[in-house]
Amino acid sequence: MTDQTSPPGKGASEGGPGLEEARLRQQAIGVKLRHMFDQVVNEPVPDEFLDILRRADEGAAKKGGA
Amino acid sequence: MTATSPATPKPPSADDKAFKAELVTLIPHLRAFARTLTGDPTAADDLAQDAMMKAWDARASYQMGTNMKAWTFMILRNQFYSEKRRSWRQSQLDQEAAERTLVAVDDPESPVALDELRLALKTLPEEQREALILVGAGGFAYEEAAEICNCAVGTVKSRVSRARKALQATLEKGGYARDGRAAGDAMRSILAAADRLSSVRQD
Repeated sequence: MTDQTSPPGKGASEGGPGLEEARLRQQAIGVKLRHMFDQVVNEPVPDEFLDILRRADEGAAKKGGA
Repeated sequence: MTATSPATPKPPSADDKAFKAELVTLIPHLRAFARTLTGDPTAADDLAQDAMMKAWDARASYQMGTNMKAWTFMILRNQFYSEKRRSWRQSQLDQEAAERTLVAVDDPESPVALDELRLALKTLPEEQREALILVGAGGFAYEEAAEICNCAVGTVKSRVSRARKALQATLEKGGYARDGRAAGDAMRSILAAADRLSSVRQD
């Protein structure tokens, strides 16, 4: 006999199709959200970033260690 | 005494080198997080550069081997809010502009689902939006997100949960005006697009 009172998270039996549907929608939003974020992550980094860092690095080296 | 040193710079220390190498790998993530906070690519890159430099300047206080991504995100977030406090008037104007955009955006060629999501995100309270982005897109655990946002883990959890519900509700009822589009269109296009994306990913 299957456990009908299993904790939420699985069974569509408990919440019915409404809950299942809601979960699907949340999943869809999650996928989309990651996609939106990853789009920017995958953009090439503008040279400016590395230039600034290189200059700071050289400056630090010139000043010498404490 | 330092001004007279010869033109040949000393080689950077090994620690600096390792720090820099790791920081460079985080730049794309800092840019993405900044983009979601500011909603504007140019302002986002300014913010990400500032955060990167703050992290570099503070490298002595960073412990190698701990989570540098969370550490730099925290720096970026603090930077964002301190600038925002200084220019609250400006952000208020931005907010008004954003609200106008919500109504005005009507480009039939645009990739609808992503636009809808971006706009819907903008309608969320800031603290909900950042929590959702960190956990839902940035790949942070609730505990890490709590550290970044300087709040309790339970607070992050409830913010993420409220954000998810609000986002879904907005997308389903089309909480912003977009002429001629029936309620629920946004959610339908997101579902369709997500279907395509996830089927591609799982291959």
